[in-house]
Amino acid sequence: MVTAEVAEPVPASTQEDRFEAVVAAEQRIEPRDWMPDAYRATLIRQIAQHAHSEIIGMQPEGNWLTRAPSLRRKAILLAKAQDEAGHGLYLYAAAETLGVDRAELTEKLISGRQKYSSIFNYPTLTFADVGVIGWLVDGAAICNQVPLCRCSYGPYARAMVRICKEESFHQRQGYELLMTLMRGTDAQRRMVQDAVDRWWWPSLMMFGPSDADSPNTARSMAWRIKRHTNDELRRRFVDMTVPQAQHLGVTLPDPELRWNEERGGWDFGEPDWAELTRVIHGQGPCNAQRIERRRAAHEEGAWVREAAVAYAAKRSAEQTAVRSGHPESEHTEHVRSEHTEQENGK
Amino acid sequence: MTESKAGWPLYEVFVRPRRGLNHVHVGSLHAPDDRMALLAARDLYTRRNEGVSLWVVRSDAITASTPDERDPFFEPSGDKVYRHPTFYDIPEDVPHI
Repeated sequence: MVTAEVAEPVPASTQEDRFEAVVAAEQRIEPRDWMPDAYRATLIRQIAQHAHSEIIGMQPEGNWLTRAPSLRRKAILLAKAQDEAGHGLYLYAAAETLGVDRAELTEKLISGRQKYSSIFNYPTLTFADVGVIGWLVDGAAICNQVPLCRCSYGPYARAMVRICKEESFHQRQGYELLMTLMRGTDAQRRMVQDAVDRWWWPSLMMFGPSDADSPNTARSMAWRIKRHTNDELRRRFVDMTVPQAQHLGVTLPDPELRWNEERGGWDFGEPDWAELTRVIHGQGPCNAQRIERRRAAHEEGAWVREAAVAYAAKRSAEQTAVRSGHPESEHTEHVRSEHTEQENGK
Repeated sequence: MTESKAGWPLYEVFVRPRRGLNHVHVGSLHAPDDRMALLAARDLYTRRNEGVSLWVVRSDAITASTPDERDPFFEPSGDKVYRHPTFYDIPEDVPHI
């Protein structure tokens, strides 16, 4: 076990050869390794966009937190929103290992210089949307993200492992919510179908443009950042989802959807790429609202961040005073240690 | 937006999943001080009972070796195969060794 690892030096002469050899050997690139500038830039863009999507992704469902129909649904939704925040933070931390700064990334999101997934620019009109987002949107995200657990960049791959474990809850709670509605009244069933009609095509667009229009795919695949093309992942998602829709008793809004015996998969229609382009370029139904909300949260939270820094500075000054034996500070130290004990006892 | 690039320091987070296991590095986070780092680490890395103990340590307090695997730093152990049990040939019929 030990000897096997030692006995595998990567044969290479230049840094670039070495990088290529590590990637080709399915080993991982780690933060302080040499890497091509374009590899670093691609990862920063992709991880930042992914992180932003998690953070913005809290908003569409967040609208329903105070309107959830039961305490159970509310607790679930809250836990899901907390997960999205957590996912955003894992990813920002991964991006930072590449030499970018968190505050800088937030600034780029708010000023529109970095993007997030187009899906979050659609509105959540009914509570059934919460279920459909879990089922379709998180389902599509899982399809995209599972292969990223094997991404060549270590910190990103490790963040994805953590995220994928948690996403499964998101999808299942959504599907269960929809099953509950489908067992309800006709009006509730219509509500589910309406939500499916609105979210189906945007969900398919989450995999990005068709392979013919995805110029960076080949390079990302060579670098083993990406493992499958957009179209491959989209097909996989449709194949997984159709039987789930049948079980649920909803109709997917695609007249071209039919089983292909030869291929052993489902044929489906072409998403409206013009719509995807419009939404990506800011003309979706909620783009402005999402960014405005994020900006407001960031700016209104500034005083909290400042207060935390001021408090840390004050405590650090107190501790220095205690260590240097300043008599006035002894009382403070005493109170503080009691306080700490109390908290530790919880 | 007054927080600067030199705002909250970076912390590395270590979780002990169960009694009897080592603390393992799980990721990093920014926090204004040690106490907040610990609270944030709890909320961020143990939402599903992933741990029974947490360590946070400021990243700038860690001293690390260089990332290069060919670094002579690790060379001393490279040529000492006799440190491994498989280096020694023992007849098959000798039991318990």
